[in-house]
Amino acid sequence: MASNGKPELGRPQSRPQISWGKWLLIGLALAYLGIVVYIPTVNVFVQAFSQGVGPFLGNFANHEFVHAIKMTVLIAALAVPMNTIFGLCAAWIVARHQFRGRALLLTILDLPFSISPVVAGLMIILLYGRQGWFGPLLQGADIQIVFAYPGMVLATAFVAMPFVAREVIPVLEELGTDQEQAAHTLGANAWQTFWRVTLPGIRWGLLYGVVLTNARSMGEFGAVSAVSGNVAGKTQTLTLFVEEAYKQYQTQASYGAAVILAGLALVSLALKALLESKTHVPRRVQF
Amino acid sequence: MGLTLTTRPAGLLRHFSWPWAVTLGYLGVMLLLPTLALIAKAGTETPADIWRIATDPVAVSAYQVTVGASLAAALVNTPFGVLVAWVLVRYPFPGRRVVDALVDLPFALPTSVAGLTLATIYSDTGWLGSLLAPLGIKVSFTVYGVFVALVFISLPFVIRTVQPVLQEMQSEPEIEEAARSLGANAPQTFWRVTLPPLMPAILTGFALGFSRAVGEFGSVVIIASGIPYKDLVAPVLVFQRLEQYDYSGATVIGVVLILISLVVLLGINLIQVWGKRYG
Repeated sequence: MASNGKPELGRPQSRPQISWGKWLLIGLALAYLGIVVYIPTVNVFVQAFSQGVGPFLGNFANHEFVHAIKMTVLIAALAVPMNTIFGLCAAWIVARHQFRGRALLLTILDLPFSISPVVAGLMIILLYGRQGWFGPLLQGADIQIVFAYPGMVLATAFVAMPFVAREVIPVLEELGTDQEQAAHTLGANAWQTFWRVTLPGIRWGLLYGVVLTNARSMGEFGAVSAVSGNVAGKTQTLTLFVEEAYKQYQTQASYGAAVILAGLALVSLALKALLESKTHVPRRVQF
Repeated sequence: MGLTLTTRPAGLLRHFSWPWAVTLGYLGVMLLLPTLALIAKAGTETPADIWRIATDPVAVSAYQVTVGASLAAALVNTPFGVLVAWVLVRYPFPGRRVVDALVDLPFALPTSVAGLTLATIYSDTGWLGSLLAPLGIKVSFTVYGVFVALVFISLPFVIRTVQPVLQEMQSEPEIEEAARSLGANAPQTFWRVTLPPLMPAILTGFALGFSRAVGEFGSVVIIASGIPYKDLVAPVLVFQRLEQYDYSGATVIGVVLILISLVVLLGINLIQVWGKRYG
C-alpha cells in the first residue's frame, strides 16, 4: 500500500501522508467494530455450525425448539400489524395537522424507547396480573393475559410501538399535500385518497418502519421474559429459548436458536439498507 | 366510482376522525394505562416505604453498577463512534456500504443472542477471554461482563447521531479549506473548526447510548451473575423482585429507572436547544 507507483509530480510528500493517515483511521475504526460487533456476530455462526449442519438441523426434532419458533412468529404476527395501523394513524395526525399538544404527542410516541423492557413487562403485570387492576375481572371471565400469549403480545407491542410512526412522519412531511388535495378536488373521498395517493407515496418509508418493528418484535427479550413465565413448550419464544438452553448447559441448542435470530437480524439489516436507498429521508437513530 | 356520495361530517366530528380515534385509543390502552398502573402501584406505598425500598443497600449498589458501567460504556463508545462516523462519511473505501449497514447490528441482534455470544467469547476459553485470562482479567460473570455487554448494545448511538451532521458538513468544505489556507494544520482544523459544530450531536449520542445502557436487561442477565454488590444491575434487580412476586420492590426500583431515563431525556432536549442556539 505504501508504494503507489505513480510518478511524483510537483508535491512529492503531501499525498502519501494524507493517504497514510486515512488508512490508519479506517483500520482503527474497523478494528474497533471488529472487536465489539463483528467477532461476537461471527461467533454465533461458528458455534452453531462448528460440528456441521447436522446438529443444527437436529434442533428441529426438539419439540420445545419448534414451539419457540412458532411463538416468536405468532407474537410478531399480531404485534406488527397492531403497531403498523397505530403508527400510520399517529403519523398522519402529526404530519398533517397543527394542533395544541403536537410536541407532547411526539414526545409520548418515543416514550417506550426510554422505558427499560423489564419495566414495560412489569407494567403489563401490574395491569393484567392476578393482583393487577383488571386481575379480578379477568379471573372472573377466565381469561389469562399474563404468563400467556396475550400478555406477550402486549409487552412486545409496547416496546416496538414507536418505529412505524417515527419512520412515516418524515416521509409524509416530505410528500406534502399537493397530490392529496388534487385527489380530493377530483372527488375522491378520504379512504380513496389514502389508498390511491398517500399509501403509494409512503410505501417505502412504511415498509422500512415495518421491517424495524418486526425485527424488534421477534428479537424482544426483556419485556417478554417478564410477562411470559417462560414455560418451555408453552410461553417460550426463541429469545427466551436462547437463555434457557444456555442456563441448562445445552449450548448447542442455544446457538441453534441464536443463529436463526442472527440470520433474521442480518436479513432485516439488508432490507433496511435496500429501503434506505429508496427513501431520501435523512436517517435518524433507530431501534 | 367517481359518483360516490361523500357527506362531510360537521363540527366536532370533522376533527374526530378514525386516525384520531385509533391513535388516542391505542396510546391510552397500550401506553398510558400501563404507565398509570405503575405510578398507582408506587402510590399505594407510604413515602417511608418507598424511601426504604429505593435506598435499600442492594438497590443502591445496583444503581451504582448500572450507572457506572453505562457511563463507562458510553464514554468508550463516544470517541470511537466519532471515529467510525468520520471514516464512513469522509473516506470512500471498498466495502463501506456493508460496514455502514452493519453498524446497526447491535440494534438488530436480540439482546439474549448478544449476551450468549459475548459470554462465550469472553469466557476463560473463549476467543477474547483466553487472551485476557493470563492478565488476570475475568470478564464473564463479573462487572467487566456488564461493561462489555453495554458497550455492544450502545455502540450505534454516537455513530448514528454524528454521521448526518458530518454528511451535511460535506456540502460546505470551504469552511475547513478556509482554516487550512489560514495556516491551520490538520489536527488544528479538526479540533477548532470541525469538532465544535459536532458537539451537540456527540453529546446527544452519548446521552442516548447511556440511556439505552441503563435500561439494558437481556445481554447483561446472561453474561453477568446477577449477584448483589458484584455485578447486579437495576433492570436485573427489577426482574429478580418480579420473580419473587415482590411487586412493590419491582415497582419502586422500576420508577427510579424511569426517573433516570427522564432526566437523561431532559438533558438531551437541553442539548438540542443549546445546539440550535450554537448553530
